[in-house]
Amino acid sequence: MDVKYTAELAKIRLNKEQVDKLGSELNDILSFFKNLKEVDTKGVEPLSHVLALKNVFRDDIVKPSLKKADVLKNAPQKDTHYIKVPRVIKG
Amino acid sequence: MKYKTVIGLEVHVQLLSKTKIFCSCSTAFGKEPNSQTCPSCLGLPGSLPVFNMEVLALSLKAALVLHCRIQKVMRFDRKNYFYPDLPKAYQISQYDMPLAQNGYLEITDDDRLKRIGITRVHLEEDAGKLIHTGAESLVDFNRCGTPLIEIVSEPDINSPDEAYQYLTKLKSILTYLEVSDCNMQEGSLRCDANISLCPVDSAELGAKAEVKNLNSFKAVRDALKYEAGRQKRLLEEGGRVTQETRLWEENKKVTLSMRSKEEAHDYRYFPEPDLPIFEINEEDIETAKRSLPELADERKSRFVEQYSLSDYDAGILTSAKPLADYYEKCLVILAEPKEVANWLAGAVMAELNARNENFSSIKLKPEELVEMIKLVRDGKINSKAAKEVVLPEIIEGGKKTSDILKEKNISQVSDEGEIGKIADEVIRRNEKSVNDFKEGKKNAIMYLVGQVMKGSKGRANPKTVKEILEKRLSE
Repeated sequence: MDVKYTAELAKIRLNKEQVDKLGSELNDILSFFKNLKEVDTKGVEPLSHVLALKNVFRDDIVKPSLKKADVLKNAPQKDTHYIKVPRVIKG
Repeated sequence: MKYKTVIGLEVHVQLLSKTKIFCSCSTAFGKEPNSQTCPSCLGLPGSLPVFNMEVLALSLKAALVLHCRIQKVMRFDRKNYFYPDLPKAYQISQYDMPLAQNGYLEITDDDRLKRIGITRVHLEEDAGKLIHTGAESLVDFNRCGTPLIEIVSEPDINSPDEAYQYLTKLKSILTYLEVSDCNMQEGSLRCDANISLCPVDSAELGAKAEVKNLNSFKAVRDALKYEAGRQKRLLEEGGRVTQETRLWEENKKVTLSMRSKEEAHDYRYFPEPDLPIFEINEEDIETAKRSLPELADERKSRFVEQYSLSDYDAGILTSAKPLADYYEKCLVILAEPKEVANWLAGAVMAELNARNENFSSIKLKPEELVEMIKLVRDGKINSKAAKEVVLPEIIEGGKKTSDILKEKNISQVSDEGEIGKIADEVIRRNEKSVNDFKEGKKNAIMYLVGQVMKGSKGRANPKTVKEILEKRLSE
């Protein structure tokens, strides 16, 4: 298990100690899956979803959206209309 | 060495539902930033997505006209990545159980039909919009959650012109279906292109470049032309094409490497646990099939056959669905297919073009147009007055043809007495033309007809004028 790569994908910073600790924990978790592999699944249909539900729809009817002031309330940086983030492209 | 160009297109199309794909926020374009969001499309904790039934109906139509096989069971998956326009840090998309697969679209290439394979059609939600200014990027989440279908073609396209044709055809079909308005300026149709070159006799594809930032069909064609040239030069110089994403620079007319770390994509798709699976049964497919409108090509053939129109007129009248619908609405009131076609494809289109308007927003009611055509047919006004006086007035909507007729004093005069007076005057003043006519120059009469028309301020019935003149000159 490549802990550093996984941490990078999740955008979290780990120190050496954490990498070691998480590495062994994740390996334990993965080894539990090996146990599952031993179960005989002959004749069992593959599951495409964990929910027993299917075909849950809503109608195409507009409902009021949130007020803009409320939408912007949680943003650490904003102006009157927009949420502001550090510039994401070079140029 | 001779090379073959291999192109595949990925087209994202916004569906014309009123609300977003997984929540009830409006999808209307051009509203105040961040005014069309809710806890679900903002990805706030505890909110859940619920699939929009209309989105399924619209996407089924699109998949069916693209001759795709509809999957019995479709599923949504999470595509995980971080970007500020994606508040949940994952996009709900479809991975291995998409809506539809294995279709095709036919394009005409040098008068030959060519089939371009469609690999798949899948559903997904759009991301928000980022505006890059100075040191910051501004985020507008209104578009976040807008329903999209992604249409992925097979690498069956072999030239930039074919790519252009494919897009034009796709747009025509989808707008006819009223599945999307395919407006590239508003971002309701977006296209990325994969292009590679390989020796003509090779079965193996070369390394490809993915070209992005294509803002019009023309940009797609230009960028592909440029990219094919660039790759050819590289290969001829013994170099290699790097597999990468390149951006089209519209101003410089070149593609440039994106060179970002983003290349290491690892989206870690997994089934979306907040949405159930969707079973699409035969009945759903049949319902969708029944709701398919007649498409442009079929309608054109029918117009030629049913209304005896020329190929050319039928082509114009079926070029956009609102125009074809309008034509048939007129025919319900006045069953004169040829006459209505002439007016619509001719004067009405010309007037709209002159005003820089298109048919989808026409305000002229079919009733008023038909009224005008009838007046011309019955000799109440002549066609010049109809074109130049009546049409410009009624095309703005609101005004009635009959009112303009009264207002402008343009009723055609067919009264022999009244025309006769003007004719006598014209004959007296134009001795030369009269003599020419009497000496056998039959065409000379046309000048005299013109003079009488002028004398009547354009209101005389030209046919009656000619008859009266002929009668008097042969006396």
